[in-house]
Amino acid sequence: MIDFELPPQVKQARDMVHMVAENMMRPISREYDEREHEKPWDFLNAMWEASKATNPVSFGGGGKKDPSAPSVRNLQTVVSIEELSWGDAGLYLSIPNPGLGGAAVAAAGTPEQRERFLARFRSGPPKWGAMAITEPHCGSDTAAITTTAVRDGDHWVLNGTKIFVTSGKMAAQESDGFVVVWATVDKSAGRAGIKAFVVERGTPGMTVVKVEDKMGIRASDTAMIVFEDCRIPLDNILGSPEVKQSTEGFKGAMATFDATRPAVAASAIGIGRAALDFVREELEKHGIKIRYGVSRNKLTAIERDFMDMEANLHAARLLTWRAAWLMDQGRHNNLEASMAKAKAGLAVTQVTQKAVELLGPLGYSRKYLLEKWMRDAKINDIFEGTQQINLLIVARRILGYSSKELN
Amino acid sequence: MVSFEPSDEQKLIRDTVAAFAREQVRPQARPSDESGEIPSALVQQGWELGLTQALVPEEFGGTGEAHSAITSVLLIEELAWADLSIACHLLAPRLVVIPVVEAGTEAQRRAILPRYATTNFTAGTAAVVEPRWDFDLASLAVKALPRNGNFVLQGRKCFVPLAAEAEHILVFAQLGDSGEVGAFLVERGTPGLRVVEREKNMGLKGLATYEVEFDQCTVPADQRLGGPEGCDVNRLLNLQRVALAAAAVGVARASFEYARDYAKERKAFGVYIAQKQAIAFMLAEMAIEIDAARLLTWEAAWKLDRGEDATREAVLAKQYAANMALMVADRGVQILGGHGYIRDHLVELFLRNARGFATFEGLLTA
Repeated sequence: MIDFELPPQVKQARDMVHMVAENMMRPISREYDEREHEKPWDFLNAMWEASKATNPVSFGGGGKKDPSAPSVRNLQTVVSIEELSWGDAGLYLSIPNPGLGGAAVAAAGTPEQRERFLARFRSGPPKWGAMAITEPHCGSDTAAITTTAVRDGDHWVLNGTKIFVTSGKMAAQESDGFVVVWATVDKSAGRAGIKAFVVERGTPGMTVVKVEDKMGIRASDTAMIVFEDCRIPLDNILGSPEVKQSTEGFKGAMATFDATRPAVAASAIGIGRAALDFVREELEKHGIKIRYGVSRNKLTAIERDFMDMEANLHAARLLTWRAAWLMDQGRHNNLEASMAKAKAGLAVTQVTQKAVELLGPLGYSRKYLLEKWMRDAKINDIFEGTQQINLLIVARRILGYSSKELN
Repeated sequence: MVSFEPSDEQKLIRDTVAAFAREQVRPQARPSDESGEIPSALVQQGWELGLTQALVPEEFGGTGEAHSAITSVLLIEELAWADLSIACHLLAPRLVVIPVVEAGTEAQRRAILPRYATTNFTAGTAAVVEPRWDFDLASLAVKALPRNGNFVLQGRKCFVPLAAEAEHILVFAQLGDSGEVGAFLVERGTPGLRVVEREKNMGLKGLATYEVEFDQCTVPADQRLGGPEGCDVNRLLNLQRVALAAAAVGVARASFEYARDYAKERKAFGVYIAQKQAIAFMLAEMAIEIDAARLLTWEAAWKLDRGEDATREAVLAKQYAANMALMVADRGVQILGGHGYIRDHLVELFLRNARGFATFEGLLTA
């Protein structure tokens, strides 16, 4: 039965998270945009204490086990993330949690690995997990990864440079976390040679050499990490070490994107909604209400723009809910996750840029948060697979092409 | 509880209509666009699907299925996918039946509904759009003026499907200068009602639409839909909006699928053009936008089924779907290149039809 009513527990979670966003995030939003590289510890500690009990030790596709009690976990996740990002997307990204690295462990790790790496997120002081894929010379083209993992007795030895590692400094250095590193065990094997490795914080040979200065999401650290003869235990590999045998480790890590892309889409939508709310409030202060029932040829340009922005963003929201709902049903959502991500990343970019235009000086001035939201928004069109990479995935799916046939 | 899955019953209806649309309607899309005629045998076949009769209560000879906007948008998308003109023709009687089922008085239901529970196709229609650039549903130029206990209709409507053969025209008019809109059931042959001439449009050429003139057209007060107090006309307009949104999704999907299949067969520079990112990305964006518009449409229909005011949702869905359909249909032509411009292919027809959604109101109802 087609239904758009959020279940009561999801609404409850949404309302609770909204209070956090409004009361704890908005008041410090500007401050930690200006004070880049500083951490809002009061907020981070509070979030950790509130959430650690429920940090997942498995992730994503969990699906429904009992058809009479379908899961709403992923739906609740995207709805909650929208609220947090409405509060502040950079602060949301900086919240201590297993992160993308944790998602990879949960998706591709053995039960023993999950216990070893994820259990810590349920207790003690704040911790971060991170994922290191991108290198200075390659981003989406993961087959071109040059960081190497060479077996030496009981260890893997990692060498290479990783960039754009979200929360990388917190995971590798500042907390009892870990970084999941993608490296090749056999360059001649291309993609089949790419494996994911878990590197514990403080492992000798892993060095955070830089934290990037960014256009937006400045409250979130984005690290460059160098691996120099970094030795890790053999059983820190996710999936099989065999190259020819399978690419399951790679595929497992890729599968985490099916879970995380709707999350990024939800974050985008939260920023977009913040911008739309602000525009609406400013218009209403001047007695302008959007007249939905009136023909388009009689509307003002602002009303038209606003309605287009609203529909654009809401369409992205529904695509995102669908991707999450599919996952809750235990169904494949690779196509729908990429659709939602591509749409939401673009929509929030368009909506926030238009909002700045509509409000003129109020949009451009740092006295208000709108200009920040526009800066924050843009990352959603880029990370977790650029808009173009997601279009490529959608295109392959709808055309039935392999990555060889369409590249 | 959020779900994106139609019920089993809705799937059955959708699949039945989809099969008919694919096998019977689609092959007639081009011939009807060229000739301006839809074969009466096809119309009768479509009638026998029972999409109209199903909504007529059993006591009036129908099968009395509950009216659902969601079910409507599902089947409208399928028919519009096959051909918009034929879809509008087949579904025109619902322009009278759904409002009467939803909002008619007992006397109106008794008088009107049995006439649409017949074995042969019975035309009914609605008159909404007016031939003016500043046409506005919120301030209609056709007026209904109270006089001697009756209403007198005055003014002109256009884009009225099947007006020449319709048993009833549901006319939307402004009550005096009140700004309030009423809907009036005008019987065929009512003095002062003049079906002017069949219109010639850029698209929608298979569908017979007419300009209709009301000149001192007197309608008894009890022919006002819902009785002397009227009814929730806004709801009726919203049902029309979501129906058109669904039709726009159908037309867009038709163009997308046509272009996708073509791009997988046409070679250039040694590969299929679908293997080129310039084409593949266009198709990916088309697919995303079609789904986006469909979900907006479903949500608006869902809200209407819950009996809530869905003006905002319906307006946004229709506007979004109209823009989307134009973008997608334009790209459909573009992907076929020169061939897209030739009438051997359907994509040019889809584009001419898609352009109309910014203008269309009241051609369909959910």
